[in-house]
Amino acid sequence: MVDLISSIEEQFKGNKELPDLHPGDDVRVHNRIVEGERERIQVFQGVVMRLRKGGLNQSITVRRIASHGVGVERTFLLAAPTVEKIEVLRHAKVRRAQLYHLRGRHGKAARLKEKRY
Amino acid sequence: MTQIFVEGGVVVPVTLIEAGPCYVTQIKTEKHDSYNAIQIGFEEAKKLNKPDQGHLKDIPAVKHLREIRTDDVERYQRGQKLDAGVFAVGDVVDVVGISKGKGFAGSVKRHHFRGGPKTHGQSDRQRAPGASGATTTPGRVFKGTRRPGHMGARRVTVQNLQVVLVDPERNLLAIKGAVPGANNDLVMIHKARKQ
Repeated sequence: MVDLISSIEEQFKGNKELPDLHPGDDVRVHNRIVEGERERIQVFQGVVMRLRKGGLNQSITVRRIASHGVGVERTFLLAAPTVEKIEVLRHAKVRRAQLYHLRGRHGKAARLKEKRY
Repeated sequence: MTQIFVEGGVVVPVTLIEAGPCYVTQIKTEKHDSYNAIQIGFEEAKKLNKPDQGHLKDIPAVKHLREIRTDDVERYQRGQKLDAGVFAVGDVVDVVGISKGKGFAGSVKRHHFRGGPKTHGQSDRQRAPGASGATTTPGRVFKGTRRPGHMGARRVTVQNLQVVLVDPERNLLAIKGAVPGANNDLVMIHKARKQ
């Protein structure tokens, strides 16, 4: 059964190349959305708050601060055909796997220290 | 279970089922057996006992035999191979299987009783079923009253599940939603009876 699942996941994964993602990364997610007839790419930029692995179900939750300081979180399934491209802008030094503490912070307190390689 | 993407990037939760190759092993007719049915066999067997060797002498050895009632017996021949290709994407099917056994289960798990209060001086009442009978009249608990007992490990049919993907080459079906039983269990799939 496990073989069946891995074989089907292989089939649906396609050959999309994704960058190495880590919690705390600043990313731009290019997401394809269909509006009636038209198709366009929407870019969602923010911090990777959570990274979940697991084949086809691999997902990231990206948090960004929208206008009026309202936090917006969006979860993307990385294997989804709608996720066109992901750009990593910056890595951050973080000591947790899930950065839920960012939810309670705003302004300067919500900054993350950059990690350079 | 896993999930796959269909048109428009929609995620569908699916169960993958190895559907076949099955062989028609016997055809029962009204005249001969007093009812119409076909018997099909599934899964390659390494060893067969003597009665099964005789029963399957000109057919590949199979582990499991199941009977399906149908009045349409002329469509089938003994030895005919059935594979996942008999289903098409979009078909609505029923899946029959043996559900996972839960052992002797309490009334909260088995019948969704609410249990007792957690506070106000209660002790030992959190998952208790409460009273199950009345007083001197009738002086007994009625038959069929929902009480703790053995749960699961019985035949369950899940109706009206959608076929999302068919791969006749690998004999693979992806069916939307969950089906009864544990991983690698045997299930029977047939066209939905009540659509």
